[in-house]
Amino acid sequence: MSTNAAKTFNFSKLRYTLESFAFIFPAVSIFSIFYIFPFFYIFKLSLYEWNGLSPFMSFIGLENFIELMRDKIWWTSMWHACYITLIALTFQNMLAFGLALACDREIRLKKFYRVVFFLPPVLSEVVVGFIWRWVLNAGEQNGEPYGLLNFALMKSGLNHLITDWLSNPDTALTCIAIVHSWKGFGWGFIMLLAGLQTIDKQLYEAAKVDGANSWETFKNVTVPMMIPVILVVMILTVLGSMQVFVLILSMVGQGLEYEAEVPVTRILAAMTSSKQYGYACAMGVTFGAILIFISFSFKKISERMKQV
Amino acid sequence: MAKAKIPINRYQVFQSTKYLFIHIFLMSVAATCIFPLFWMVRSALMTKETIFIDKSLFPSALQWGNFVKAWIGGNFGTYFLNSLFYTFSVVVGIVIISSLAAYAFSRLRFPGKDFFFYMFVAAMMIPLPGSFVPLVVLMNKIGLVNTRLGYILCMINVGLSMSILLLKTFFDKMPSDLEDAARIDGCGKIRIWWNVALPLARPAIAVVVIFNSLNVWNEFILANLLLTDDSLMTLQTGLFKFQGPNLADYPVLMAGLTIAAIPIIIIYLFMQKHIIKGLSSGAVVG
Repeated sequence: MSTNAAKTFNFSKLRYTLESFAFIFPAVSIFSIFYIFPFFYIFKLSLYEWNGLSPFMSFIGLENFIELMRDKIWWTSMWHACYITLIALTFQNMLAFGLALACDREIRLKKFYRVVFFLPPVLSEVVVGFIWRWVLNAGEQNGEPYGLLNFALMKSGLNHLITDWLSNPDTALTCIAIVHSWKGFGWGFIMLLAGLQTIDKQLYEAAKVDGANSWETFKNVTVPMMIPVILVVMILTVLGSMQVFVLILSMVGQGLEYEAEVPVTRILAAMTSSKQYGYACAMGVTFGAILIFISFSFKKISERMKQV
Repeated sequence: MAKAKIPINRYQVFQSTKYLFIHIFLMSVAATCIFPLFWMVRSALMTKETIFIDKSLFPSALQWGNFVKAWIGGNFGTYFLNSLFYTFSVVVGIVIISSLAAYAFSRLRFPGKDFFFYMFVAAMMIPLPGSFVPLVVLMNKIGLVNTRLGYILCMINVGLSMSILLLKTFFDKMPSDLEDAARIDGCGKIRIWWNVALPLARPAIAVVVIFNSLNVWNEFILANLLLTDDSLMTLQTGLFKFQGPNLADYPVLMAGLTIAAIPIIIIYLFMQKHIIKGLSSGAVVG
């Protein structure tokens, strides 16, 4: 009898477990095929020389990585991504923080501002890129510039500033970084504003009672309370900006002459143009490792700061 | 009379000038957000010739025909319907698949539960640039390149981790009284999930729907690599194709951009509460 009871018990337990697995089965199977498999496959491919079509893949060990270390265009593209990230970290985040501070009070039109500032982030990078490409257009006819920016510069008598914004190597990358910041500051704004609104108002009153002026209150109350949110916004900015590339494709096009290349456009070019699948994967692995290193260091820093 | 005698309060003057400057700051940034979009729509209403000459804000002759040209000549009708179809299918797929998994992770007990859950979480933490290379190779091998199904499955995978995490967090906070009552009444797990848990999780599902819709509608790289057939392309990849042969036809390109941007702006304006709530709670970013 007792064995029988145990058997039925086990059976119902097994049934319960199987049913539970049925719940996660679709998610796990899609995830395994489309995420986990490519995740390991990229490491394998990075050790081969392969054009993506031929049935023969030749194993070349770490040669792709060695070549990558010597690839000047790759490191230039890495510097470009860092440059865009630096502008996003400073310009975009300071703008977002400034706007959030301005909105963190009883102010008219607050809802309007919040809706409008998040408008660029909901648009696609393709749309944003093409709109700005048109605004920055450098063509002209009889001295009348096509692009809005050059036209405005001409009208305000700043003719010496008129340039071919997206082809000029001195300006192309900065234009991309600024448009990228334009598209992205709304994210930071919403998150920082949400953070500001969670700060206990009593802290501000306490600071006032202690005779702190508004700068001292900002420095000693607002900033320390905001550090966790600021760090999250910063790390998301870094990861997002380092990997920006669709915006570049739509603003400058695929006919890049290396002045606006970033790592991901290099990966894409190695795959689609020069058909070096192994090399593209080696780039992906290296770049991924760099990004993981960056976000890991950020986490360490934020843990340090929380302890202080 | 009495009012006029009160001396102007310095503090009030200071306050109102401060607010004036704050508004000027906010307004100027708001203008830079709106103006490029306005300029896009305006440019879409010009002719091929006037667009290069006329810089007035409100041109006199509006060329609505550019939209027809983009819709029919530029094949944007097809791209639009494709984008709509992909967005709808992916979002429905994600809602069902991720809510099933999130419900299991939150409510059911089974071996390996933590392992599987953290697998999804880890995927959000590990950036994998260039993962499209092995993915395209895989899709080629299993014959899903240039198929609607292939693209839909890939995009479901893209939104899965975030949606599972978001819904699991919601289920964890949700009291399970109603589900217990349903169980006592003899409901099976699937029926509890569908009839009890899902309707209660509506706020979280709204966030999942809106963020994944934006993501799929705006997605470029996988659509570009996986859907090369013209009849399968999306609006985002269609815009690029459109650049080639019609490079000079800026008004029609602008009309195409407007077609790609307007639906998302409308959805955003209707759903912005959910977006801001989702972002503010930090759930979306983990």
